[in-house]
Amino acid sequence: MSLDTVAAAKLTPENKQPFAELGLKPDEYARIKEILGRRPTSSELAMYSVMWSEHCSYKSSKVHLKQFGDKAPKSDALLVGIGENAGVVDVGQGYAVTFKIESHNHPSFVEPYQGAATGVGGIVRDILTMGARPIAVMDPLRFGPADAPDTRRVLPGIVAGVGGYGNCLGLPNIGGEVVFDQTYAGNPLVNALCVGVMKHSDIKLAKAAGAGNLVVLFGAKTGGDGIGGVSVLASETFGAGGSTKRPSVQVGDPFVEKILIECSLEIFAEDLVVGIQDLGGAGLSCATSELASGGSGGMKVALDKVPLRDPSLSPEEILMSESQERMCAIVEPNKLPRFLEICKKWDVTVTSIGEVTDGDRLEITWNGELIVDVPPRTVAHEGPVYNRPLAQPAYIDEVNSQAVNVPIPSSAGEIKAAVLKLAGAPNLADKSWVTSQYDKYVQGNTIQSQPDDSGMVRIDEKTHLGVAISTDANANWSYLNPYQGAKLALAEAARNIATAGARPLAVTNCLNFGSPEDPGVMWQFAESVRGLADGCLEMGLPVTGGNVSFYNQTGSVAILPTPVIGVLGVIQDVRTRMPMSFKTADLDLYLLGDTYADLAGSEWAFLHDQRTGQSPNADLAREMRLIELLLAGHETKLFSAAHDLSQGGLSAGLTEMVLRYCVGATITLSNVGIDLLSESPGRVVVAIEPYKFEALQELGLKFSTTVSKIGTTGGESLIINDCVISLDELRNEHTSTFPRLFG
Amino acid sequence: MATIVVEVMLKPEILDPQGNAVASALPRLGFTFAQSVRQGKRFEIIIEAEPTPEQLAEVEKAAEVLLSNPVIETYVVRVEK
Repeated sequence: MSLDTVAAAKLTPENKQPFAELGLKPDEYARIKEILGRRPTSSELAMYSVMWSEHCSYKSSKVHLKQFGDKAPKSDALLVGIGENAGVVDVGQGYAVTFKIESHNHPSFVEPYQGAATGVGGIVRDILTMGARPIAVMDPLRFGPADAPDTRRVLPGIVAGVGGYGNCLGLPNIGGEVVFDQTYAGNPLVNALCVGVMKHSDIKLAKAAGAGNLVVLFGAKTGGDGIGGVSVLASETFGAGGSTKRPSVQVGDPFVEKILIECSLEIFAEDLVVGIQDLGGAGLSCATSELASGGSGGMKVALDKVPLRDPSLSPEEILMSESQERMCAIVEPNKLPRFLEICKKWDVTVTSIGEVTDGDRLEITWNGELIVDVPPRTVAHEGPVYNRPLAQPAYIDEVNSQAVNVPIPSSAGEIKAAVLKLAGAPNLADKSWVTSQYDKYVQGNTIQSQPDDSGMVRIDEKTHLGVAISTDANANWSYLNPYQGAKLALAEAARNIATAGARPLAVTNCLNFGSPEDPGVMWQFAESVRGLADGCLEMGLPVTGGNVSFYNQTGSVAILPTPVIGVLGVIQDVRTRMPMSFKTADLDLYLLGDTYADLAGSEWAFLHDQRTGQSPNADLAREMRLIELLLAGHETKLFSAAHDLSQGGLSAGLTEMVLRYCVGATITLSNVGIDLLSESPGRVVVAIEPYKFEALQELGLKFSTTVSKIGTTGGESLIINDCVISLDELRNEHTSTFPRLFG
Repeated sequence: MATIVVEVMLKPEILDPQGNAVASALPRLGFTFAQSVRQGKRFEIIIEAEPTPEQLAEVEKAAEVLLSNPVIETYVVRVEK
């Protein structure tokens, strides 16, 4: 194919271009022509098509995501907000923490191991790009039915990929979720979260300022990985004919990434960069246009200088390639020699490919010929914005008006059967089969990880300052009521932080939905964003960034609306954290919060194939009082243990508690069936020494939170009224599910 | 007795971290001949007699399902005496 230059494009305005195949709509193509005043060259078309894809441009979600800024609560903690590679929050003592969650859903369905692995690699580079040292990862995962054949293909591959990449990097994996539902068959969700730490002064931004500064590409060479992955993979659903569009898969090399991390941190420490950007989705197209757009002026890049793994790549392919483990930095010329020296020390390939100009164009040449000449903002930040039609789907009224109809256990035998059934249900069963493939303790700073309520890492070895993170979503509630569902997920994640004694500080999110072209899905999305933004405002937690993944659907069936909410909190001394369970006998167990007959969207209803009724309403004022109660109790060392109740209700909560340290409990419940199975939000089980009851009661009054005694700890059984379940039997039920399903 | 050999290689456009590691180790040990290295794997399947076309088709199927990952790898099946 001959080179399509800007000069040629001016001379041949009539040339037919494959914009539709690249995922652009006719009016989008027309707009590109209008911006440029001519037809785009094939390289320009490649850039616009990937950058204007849903994945990169957020064209369907932007109008809704604005609310995170409009409704942002006043927060002194937020140092860098939405729009950069990741948000940064102040955690005190001069430390700043950056964290973000992203999806890698579609690539992980095509090639589970590499898809999941490169998902981890991508989010780690986002964190690194902010100037931070990555310190931990988390992975919320969702799959089709646990016993479906395709889940047996996808789950082990994804888990191995997450573990393989993260373990090689030496990053502890401190939690996540594993959830199964029919709608995720063919649409597995792989969300990857990374958290990094730095000093305030070390924050780096993605901008190319200062004419004459150099554009430096460093890291792995560029190959034909995932070409068009962004526009094709993230914009199309997989149909019967999907395989012909299957692009080559990106393969990650975690050892190269590890070197890249150390090399970059050394470069940051010597203050050698003006701006920096990692190369992820949309590769060089994204990095060059975003850097130029974030800066003041223009940029000139000689594309032929890019080091290639495959010399036959065309300029269009180089611009679109998603080869992993690459970074792009803006470097002052006098600092380049030192920059090159550090790269040489780490054996990292580095090439200066261009420079910042005082113009306002992004100009890219190929062997001296101009092939791209565009205003960078039009590529990176001024893409199309859609106000897509939305309409409440018909199913909402239908399911909300139907009552949940499930058996409620009452006899000892029925209670035992219900507790064991929930203990072994795939969504609630022990996840060690998954998490034991991850290194949870590498670096020696892990305080908590699965199965604790949140992951917690120490960030200062002298003061023992630490951060805790939890990710949560309850797609069943979001299905019944996306507005409440998002608020409830936020509340749950915040509660999971507070049960350890950490104060919630900031929010990230990964919004996984079906096709935005379906008005019903778009309504679910809009309601979820509205709920999350309202919830964050009410709870005073700023959204620091996030990610939207659309087109998670097979045919006309979309996944359940799945907004995964991550909350980060800070704890002054990790040694004081509250464990999720009790380690000794003769403690008293109390339930904080109220229990109603909230069975809609519950795991018990799910196990009986019921997805009807109305989700509970989120009462965030009450949630905040509960959090303050937990933190006040933490301050005075009131609690021996605290555990959040969520999916599976008190039944699952007690199962997890008694099995955690193999200490049983004797529980007395008045309305035993509902008490065990209800999933009323805003509830926590705490263990205290009996003499501390009055102090607890005082806190309950102070924070207007119901405190009810439910039992005592001790023994080798979980005893609920007259039902006795030995810990051995309970453990066997809880731990055998995953090995049985996945070998 | 015959041996059916299945050789599995990453597709040419797929990154090969192991091959790259070998390629960069060679010159460190004084071997300067290699421009690049790709690493694959080889299976030797022993069967009782000369394979029938049906048996070879079975092996092809196994190569597709188990021995290789057709998304990122290619394979070749052949018979060795």
